[in-house]
Amino acid sequence: MKKILYLFLLPAFLNAQNTPDGADILRKVDKNMISKTSISTSQMVVHGRRGSRTITSKSYQKGEVNSFSEYLSPAREKGTKMLKLDDRLWIYSPSTDRTIQLSGHMLRQSVMGSDLSYEDMMEDRKLEEVYNAKVVGEDTIGGRKTWVLELSAKVDDATYEKRKEWIDKERYIPLKEELFAKSGELLKRVLLSDVEKIDGRWYPKKMNYKDMLKDGEGTDFIVDEITFDTDIPDYIFNKASLKQ
Amino acid sequence: MTANSKISTRSEPPRGAITRLAFHLAYKNLMGAGLRTWLSVGILSFVFVLIIFYQGYVEGFYQNSIDENIAWEYGGGQLLYKDYDPYDAFTLQDGHGKIPATDTKDLVPILIRQASIYPQGRLMPVLVKGIEVAQNTVKLPTQLLQQSSAEYPVIIGKRMAASVNLKKGDQVMLRWRDKNGSFDAGNVTIAGIFDTDVPNVDIGQIWMPLKKLWAMTDMKGQATLFIANNNYEQKNLPKWKFKTQDELLTGIRALEKMDKITGVIIYLVLLAIAMLAVFDTQVLSIFRRQQEIGTYISLGMTRKQVLGLFTAEGCMHSILGVLVGFIYGVPIFIYFTRQGIGTPAAVDNLGISAGKRIFPDFSPELIIGTAVLIIVSTTIVSFLPARKIAKMNPVDALKGKLQ
Repeated sequence: MKKILYLFLLPAFLNAQNTPDGADILRKVDKNMISKTSISTSQMVVHGRRGSRTITSKSYQKGEVNSFSEYLSPAREKGTKMLKLDDRLWIYSPSTDRTIQLSGHMLRQSVMGSDLSYEDMMEDRKLEEVYNAKVVGEDTIGGRKTWVLELSAKVDDATYEKRKEWIDKERYIPLKEELFAKSGELLKRVLLSDVEKIDGRWYPKKMNYKDMLKDGEGTDFIVDEITFDTDIPDYIFNKASLKQ
Repeated sequence: MTANSKISTRSEPPRGAITRLAFHLAYKNLMGAGLRTWLSVGILSFVFVLIIFYQGYVEGFYQNSIDENIAWEYGGGQLLYKDYDPYDAFTLQDGHGKIPATDTKDLVPILIRQASIYPQGRLMPVLVKGIEVAQNTVKLPTQLLQQSSAEYPVIIGKRMAASVNLKKGDQVMLRWRDKNGSFDAGNVTIAGIFDTDVPNVDIGQIWMPLKKLWAMTDMKGQATLFIANNNYEQKNLPKWKFKTQDELLTGIRALEKMDKITGVIIYLVLLAIAMLAVFDTQVLSIFRRQQEIGTYISLGMTRKQVLGLFTAEGCMHSILGVLVGFIYGVPIFIYFTRQGIGTPAAVDNLGISAGKRIFPDFSPELIIGTAVLIIVSTTIVSFLPARKIAKMNPVDALKGKLQ
């Protein structure tokens, strides 16, 4: 009788042994997605009701809290710069030659009409630090096998209390993310694709952000070039650099 | 003729008789001048009516604004948390504190949080204001929140309703953050739409029961500000600063002052034009009536008396102007005081508290003050060219020689 029971439980046991720990998966994802520094050139394609707009920018990022971006095109946005230091964000507009600090409701407004708000762009903590993860299943996204993880916040100040992640089983890159409110309402969905190996790490070069409460097709974020762990001088992350 | 015969007796006539004579002659001359007089009188009366009308309108506009702001927003004053500055959006995040343990029966607590709504699939930042529903300090219809059975009842102003295309009973998705910054979302139900002249309690904001907002944000017992009623006795509460009604109205009063200064500039220009007309009339009179002046002096009038006569003539222009102004101005004032003046829709969108109709305030002080201003300034302007009479040679004047 015992042997028969073991025979039934064995597949479940083997399956459990093959399923990695949620925290391990998050650690590997963070290793791919978060770097000490990065310099990138990217396009943001905003799909609106009257067509799409593409905004290109060059960004410098250092650690989890500092970043600097300069818009390169279109001509109307060219020269606009954005500096983020800790939880503060400044924007410099060349047309007015003014720097303004964004706060409160302004941070909740969308960046150039996209599905990303300024405060979305300020979210950059490691998943492992913020969430407990549980593998709840497997799925296939774009032909890639994925672990499906349910994340629940382990800190009080997580922006999204719950998340659902579809993580590539081999490359440890999220291919899909769903971000939920405390009430369980789905707020955002991110689709990640065009995964390439860059500087020894897997990285998705295309991301589609969709504010699920808004109409539309969302916003594509396409990385044209990116380098990781390059030295970036400190003066870049300074308010003075906004007017240079 | 009677007047002339009195002067020809050469005995010194009594002072009162001279004054009466001066006014009598002045009146006769004015009437004799015909259209010239009525043009000056017309301009003076127009300036008189216009000054009163503009000042009365400004007075009425701002009085309405002050009354409405007190009724809807300021109450008997506000008690603000020390870190909260209504004019600085940066202070909203942390500008709230625990409601003081002392007696707050004359205070209506309000907690303000920032959030976003999604009407028709659009994102729109809003201020969510939680208010104690059992209040009657301000005119916000918070009883509608009490009566609603919706999970998240809210009331919004008519401007907000128009901008987000929502009506009573509609639901809209609200996304907010709790005290730690975690997102939460849920559908709020429009329990009522109020009509107010105060955009400050309307545009870009939704009102909901304070207790609901506490539960939603996990901020029980917190408030950003209190609105005091008229019975509130100011107490020294640590971490809270009291702003009196007068302090809260400083901005509106500054605007009123600015508008009144603008008004003064406008009516000084108008007054200057009117005075120019009177001045011209006087100069022309003195030039054309030299023989008359010579005759007056020959008949025994002193130069001062002749000067007084001409000044009285000028002054009578303004008296007539004021009288004529009264005749057609008073019915106009009464009409607009009763009917009001419609406010252009553009004013409503400027964020200024203006009623749909402004009822001008034509106070007796304003009317009497304006009348005195016009009479005094006309008298001065009439006197200036008339001074020339004092230097006239009566013989040359009689001969009609130009001097």
